Amino acid sequence: MKKIGVFICHCGVNIGEIVDVEKLTRQIANYPGVEHVENYMFLCSDPGQNRIKQAIQDKFLEGIVVAACSPVLHESTFQNVLEESGLNKYQLEIANIREQCSWVHTDRVMATRKANLVIKTAIEKLKLNESLIPSTAPLTKKAMVIGGGIAGIQTALDIAEGGYEVILVEKKPSIGGHMIQLSETFPTLDCSQCILSPKMVALAKHKNIKLYVNSEIESIEGFIGNFDVKVRQKALYVNPDVCNMCGDCADACPVLVPAEHEEGLAWRKAIYMPFPQAIPATFTLDEDSCLGLEPIACGKCRERCDAKAISYDAKPTIFKEKVGAVVLATGYDLYPIEKIAEYGYGKYPDVITSLQFERILSATGPTHGEVRRPSDGKVPKEIVFIQCTGSRDPERHLPYCSKFCCMYTLKHAKLYKHKVHDGQPYVFYIDIRAGGKRYEEFVQQAVSEEEVVYVRGKVARIYPHGDQLRVFGIDTLSSKRIEVDADLVVLAMGVVPSYGTDKLIHELKISSDSAGFFTEAHPKLRPVESLQAGFFLAGSCQGPKDIPDSVSQASGTAAKVLALLSHDEIQHSPIVATVDQDHCSGCGICIGLCPYGAREKDPRLGVVVVNEILCEGCGACISGCPSGAAQQKNLTDMQIENMIHIIASHSISSEI
Amino acid sequence: MNLAYYPGCTLKNHASHFEQSAIRAMEKLGMPMTEMKDWVCCGTVYSQTTDDLMLQLASIRNLLRAESQGIDELAVLCSMCYNTIRRAKDFIDKDKENLRKVNQFMYKEPIEYSGRVKVTHLLPILRDRITFEKVAEKVVNALTGLKVGAYYGCLLVRPEAYAIDDFEDPSIIEDLFTALGADSRAFPYRLECCGAYQTITRKDVTAKRTYELINSAWETGCETIVTSCPLCAFNLDQRQKLAQETFHTFRTMPVFYFTELMSIALGGGWDEDWVRLHEIDPRPLLREKGLLPEVRS
Amino acid sequence: MRYVISRKKMHNPLLQKLQELSGQNVFDCYQCGNCSSGCAVVEYMDIKPNQVLRLAQLGAIDEILASETIWICSTCLQCSSRCPKGIDVSRVMEAARTINLRQRIGVVEPTSVSEEDLRDVPPIVLVSVFRKLSG
Repeated sequence: MKKIGVFICHCGVNIGEIVDVEKLTRQIANYPGVEHVENYMFLCSDPGQNRIKQAIQDKFLEGIVVAACSPVLHESTFQNVLEESGLNKYQLEIANIREQCSWVHTDRVMATRKANLVIKTAIEKLKLNESLIPSTAPLTKKAMVIGGGIAGIQTALDIAEGGYEVILVEKKPSIGGHMIQLSETFPTLDCSQCILSPKMVALAKHKNIKLYVNSEIESIEGFIGNFDVKVRQKALYVNPDVCNMCGDCADACPVLVPAEHEEGLAWRKAIYMPFPQAIPATFTLDEDSCLGLEPIACGKCRERCDAKAISYDAKPTIFKEKVGAVVLATGYDLYPIEKIAEYGYGKYPDVITSLQFERILSATGPTHGEVRRPSDGKVPKEIVFIQCTGSRDPERHLPYCSKFCCMYTLKHAKLYKHKVHDGQPYVFYIDIRAGGKRYEEFVQQAVSEEEVVYVRGKVARIYPHGDQLRVFGIDTLSSKRIEVDADLVVLAMGVVPSYGTDKLIHELKISSDSAGFFTEAHPKLRPVESLQAGFFLAGSCQGPKDIPDSVSQASGTAAKVLALLSHDEIQHSPIVATVDQDHCSGCGICIGLCPYGAREKDPRLGVVVVNEILCEGCGACISGCPSGAAQQKNLTDMQIENMIHIIASHSISSEI
Repeated sequence: MNLAYYPGCTLKNHASHFEQSAIRAMEKLGMPMTEMKDWVCCGTVYSQTTDDLMLQLASIRNLLRAESQGIDELAVLCSMCYNTIRRAKDFIDKDKENLRKVNQFMYKEPIEYSGRVKVTHLLPILRDRITFEKVAEKVVNALTGLKVGAYYGCLLVRPEAYAIDDFEDPSIIEDLFTALGADSRAFPYRLECCGAYQTITRKDVTAKRTYELINSAWETGCETIVTSCPLCAFNLDQRQKLAQETFHTFRTMPVFYFTELMSIALGGGWDEDWVRLHEIDPRPLLREKGLLPEVRS
Repeated sequence: MRYVISRKKMHNPLLQKLQELSGQNVFDCYQCGNCSSGCAVVEYMDIKPNQVLRLAQLGAIDEILASETIWICSTCLQCSSRCPKGIDVSRVMEAARTINLRQRIGVVEPTSVSEEDLRDVPPIVLVSVFRKLSG
């Protein structure tokens, strides 16, 4: 029988306070197969690791159980200890007696009994563990970035600068994201377009970057290092290589639709240039609003195009790309104003969103930077900003803080004062969150020097009142009921994952949180990696972020991608499913169950075979296999039965 | 089939025109109403404390009696009764322990409570069972040109779980009046409190509320306000006198139960006798719009 | 005004009673003020609805019980329907009234209602007033 060593960690008081480690050590010592058992205050420490090494050496141990924290944290630490001692790393089992025992229980006696059983099941599993060797696979030294906002642009540039090829996929006709819509940026008030457009140009010209706009992900198959991606690009009715951007087509076009870039505050034609700095620099035809791609219906733009850049026969194209890593940088959108009943559901023209106000402030916007309200073009002299619209409202809207609204609202109020000197801004807020570098100073300066009046309380309702809006609020600091007759109301809308992210989550089977933001592999220690190997995160798709945070994360993400791409091959866990060919009837149930496409029927043998590189060891096939032919390495039916037997043969309520 | 209805206390005195006009209107719509027998006061206000068992008994007794009379659906006209009885029903339907306790007080009733009776306000019956299209077909005396502001107040739309329509943006009364040929106008204050039972202790509060609500209706171009709550109707109509004394710019506005105007539109007429129940005489407005018989003839 | 807070204040039995009767956790409140800004009768209140929650969090239940506010509240439920934390503020008001009423402290003495009111107001008003405001 395998000689097994068991090491029990106190983890300071984390385990030791609830689990009687000394008693546990004595109990486990008598368990069949256990050659050695000891406990230690911090097994993950260097001396702790050395004790394991020493015991392996002294007692010729062949398998190790470490009873400590979750394997997510230290499994690899202890696997290295085994390897350094000459053992196969799959002869290690972690018994999680912290997260799954001491942290969730309060009764010392019962918790100790549970820890005892958890360790014994680990021992039983270990007894039948095989020594395995990870499989290796080649690696495509190329990355894909999904989303062309500031986060995606920065990630793509950094990876490209690192010497690897990048493919950037953007849904809209131009890269730039929401940042290109912004007027000026806090806390420095530099022009957003001025700082972003050089990056956009650099991206367009970079020899290592290939750009697909008007494109979405059709599918991603494969695994880390070896993804096969299908990109669906909408029909490009305007050939970007031929278009000379003269604009005659747009002049000829009879269709007017609200311009997305202007947040609906201006009109655009069905054939249009999204904005002057658009990359790629070309006109684009929006097939949804075009009167008809049949020339009989309209055809005016093609007639007018001297460059002959327009073709109505263009078809969507599927591009196939192989990449080694995928970066998700799909960004955010605003929570819909239509859901805010008390502020008029978006029905009052002079109650606008924060992004609409950005466009009003922008020199390239619909009012050329003059602050004029949408309804009648009047310059608003009384202006109300309402923070936390939709945010911090678990009951009806979004439970979380959208993080950057405090700062952009303040910036709005400031920029407004810079443009309308005799105007009065009021900011209704609940709390001001100004934790970034030089943010607090930015707030204080506005309040003491720029006459921005902060009112602490949430606005309950807005009613039209003549040509103004009557805003009903409260100042909880003075307990005064506040009413303002405002000319314009700007809502600091909460932030949600960009529209379409849910589809991507579904398609790619990427972990996301309850709000729909992508989940990082660890909230503190692995903040730029997804839980799915080979997928990385950048920007607001992981959670609301301002520009400095997005750019920092983007560069961090790029570093992680570069580290991955610098390898020549990738290792793949050998904990994969197997098929016992003698028992497999070839029914194929497992093929449909496999989420990774790792199973297929061998036409020659008539049985199912597993692609070990694709298999992620999830076990879905095993639970579905009617004949028991599907097994998982180091988690066989026999091992599971033995583990269950240990649990089932002891009553937790009696002494073990 | 006849529709069983629960009138509640005020429809037998101060709001008798609410009951009478509803009976006339429903008759014209081909769904005559029959008053349930042996009803008692609903309690008027739903209790908001957790140990409120005793305060539910009156409402539940009504439900039990309705059930014993073979009634499947009980139409309630008054907003407050609707709210109180409807929530009392959930109190026992959603908690078996509450039901068990309540049953201990019901030994004098003929049957055990089964929860079979559905409690509905008259407005959803018009919308869902009769439909506003059908209502429109039955209009003989369209309210053409009458600018009507629907006043919901609190209890038709709050709490959300018992709202007869979208609790933030209802349109059921506006839609009804559009079907009746009127010019429906949603005025901003239509979901706001009228001051309710402050009307004895703090008449100043209700007078100010009335002033603000009616003003909001005028500003939206309304000529009249309709309601389905006798308490709201009392405050909005009777307290206009005080509003006028307090706020000199105040302009009075007639207030109707929605059923009064329904009765007119559907050919049930408007009873001259009802004028004594109105503080602000609505006849000039009705005459102006050609909605009183003697003017038409 | 000096207000000393202590463990004893924080474990005020009246606070427990208020939470028990209302079924609401007053510590859910983060003082956004929405209840107060949406209240139709807030201008008549001596302490605003958000302050009622705040005083409860500080254990100052006596101040709540002695306030005008709890009697001015007309249970229109606007605050409850809009609270971002799902606190049924009107239930807190009712609980405060109830604690008073059960000690026979109210603001309307049934026998003192005027002849005029008894004649004019509909029964629906009288029943509501006696249930909500009479100790």
